[in-house]
Amino acid sequence: MNKTVIETDKLTKKFGSFTAVNRISFNVEQGEIFGFLGANGAGKTTAMRMLCGLSKPTSGKGLVGGFDIHKQSEMVKKSIGYMSQKFSLYEDLKVWENIRLFAGIYGMKDKEIADKTAVLLAKLGFESERNTLVKSLPLGWKQKLSFSVAIFHEPKIVFLDEPTGGVDPATRRQFWELIYEAADRGITIFVTTHYMDEAEYCNRVSIMVDGAIEALDTTKNLKKQFNAESMEDVFHQLARKATRKAD
Amino acid sequence: MIAVSAEGIIKKYAGVEALKGISFSVEKGEIFGIIGPDGAGKTTLFRILTTLILANEGTATVDELDVVRNYKEIRKRVGYMPGRFSLYQDMTVEENLSFFATVFNTSIKENYHLIKDIYQQIEPFKNRRAGALSGGMKQKLALSCALIHKPVVLFLDEPTTGVDPVSRKEFWEMLKKLKQEGITILVSTPYMDEAVLCDRIALIQEGRFMQIDTPQDIINKFEDTLWTVQSNKMSKLLIDLRNHEKIKTCFAFGDVHHITLESNSLNKKELEHYLIEKGHSEIEIKSIRATIEDCYMQLAEKGTK
Repeated sequence: MNKTVIETDKLTKKFGSFTAVNRISFNVEQGEIFGFLGANGAGKTTAMRMLCGLSKPTSGKGLVGGFDIHKQSEMVKKSIGYMSQKFSLYEDLKVWENIRLFAGIYGMKDKEIADKTAVLLAKLGFESERNTLVKSLPLGWKQKLSFSVAIFHEPKIVFLDEPTGGVDPATRRQFWELIYEAADRGITIFVTTHYMDEAEYCNRVSIMVDGAIEALDTTKNLKKQFNAESMEDVFHQLARKATRKAD
Repeated sequence: MIAVSAEGIIKKYAGVEALKGISFSVEKGEIFGIIGPDGAGKTTLFRILTTLILANEGTATVDELDVVRNYKEIRKRVGYMPGRFSLYQDMTVEENLSFFATVFNTSIKENYHLIKDIYQQIEPFKNRRAGALSGGMKQKLALSCALIHKPVVLFLDEPTTGVDPVSRKEFWEMLKKLKQEGITILVSTPYMDEAVLCDRIALIQEGRFMQIDTPQDIINKFEDTLWTVQSNKMSKLLIDLRNHEKIKTCFAFGDVHHITLESNSLNKKELEHYLIEKGHSEIEIKSIRATIEDCYMQLAEKGTK
């Protein structure tokens, strides 16, 4: 019954003589929360850029939402959502203007946007902030809002690049509850994080080392495989093997 | 000897209080951590102590000098690594370092021993432009530049944000070595697990210090009973635990949930029965000691009530 929404086969990206991503092959199923871990410089961002249709692979194949990342990158972009810690919303636009802008970019109709905005703000308890400039929202609110904006057009997959960095502990957990809810609705979650406790909230995680995927499984199986107490321990064992001293 | 002190520091931006009366002191040679999320006021406090902005109220000293009256002298004695990379992107690694050495009237050679361990890791790239370095190398260069004039007090504003767990560990090893050189270190971080690496910490929320103490004593002061709970249905478990009237809080903590309760209000057998009735199996309940993150959440909740 499960549908594969991300499929890669020996996906590779080279910059000159440097192989940033080295023949990675993996599948992600619909509704899955997939954790994409690795040390700084291991190749996560490069891999993610290819999966989002922003960078062409040097070799290998990738299908995202059923579209070829090499030949149909525009269709890939339409079927995904994206959120990062660094860039998510326009600070100088109001809450409703941000929603309007991103929904418009994804081709939603005005009427639909208006109706859904009302529902969303009610759900988040943000009705009173409708006309607030995003820059004056607390960080935790911003992150919740930008996640909601990233899935506003009901993408098949949402890519989250360190969505919880710098967020306070309680809000970080509320954020994950939003992720669960989206996954229950069938949205596939592809997430990177440096918090190892958050790896535990994923259905499966992969760990990249020097451009290659060195481990991929449920956290339970990974801990068993590496004879480790925690995911932190698994991560340390793998990342220590890295020879790249880039970062 | 007191290396840094603050008394009643208030800072307003457009009428909004970013710092609401901060008072604390740091002993010479201490690693003092300021722990809290983005937007809590960490950077504002650092900018006041490094004499880059003025507080609206309160007084502060660094190396026993007043931050307002003696700002010029303080600037010679502190090293500051801002949260955002602030070196010259178009100059090479070596040019940046020698620039900072020259500004402070010293040379790379004179204090090379201080930065040796850190700088050696990026020395192979000394002719590369700083803007073309990776995140981890930028961090090492920034730390070298902040150290090159042998500061008395080192201010590090979120040096490990966005850095992976392995590199974070290495960074903290470097700080321990600097401490041995007698340098006082004030470091801010949103990562609660780094708190235990400091001698003393302040937990900051919305411009206020909620608690200042050694990490151990903060943990010892955790008031409630704390248990971890696991079952075969973790997301349902979160809801069922939250619906139990005797459980005060319930949060996910990796592969277990943490629950807090008033001591002796419930025993593990009773909770297990409740969960079996709710359809859970493979139930595991254990008493544990609080982590700094548990303490932070408990204090934060009290603070907002």
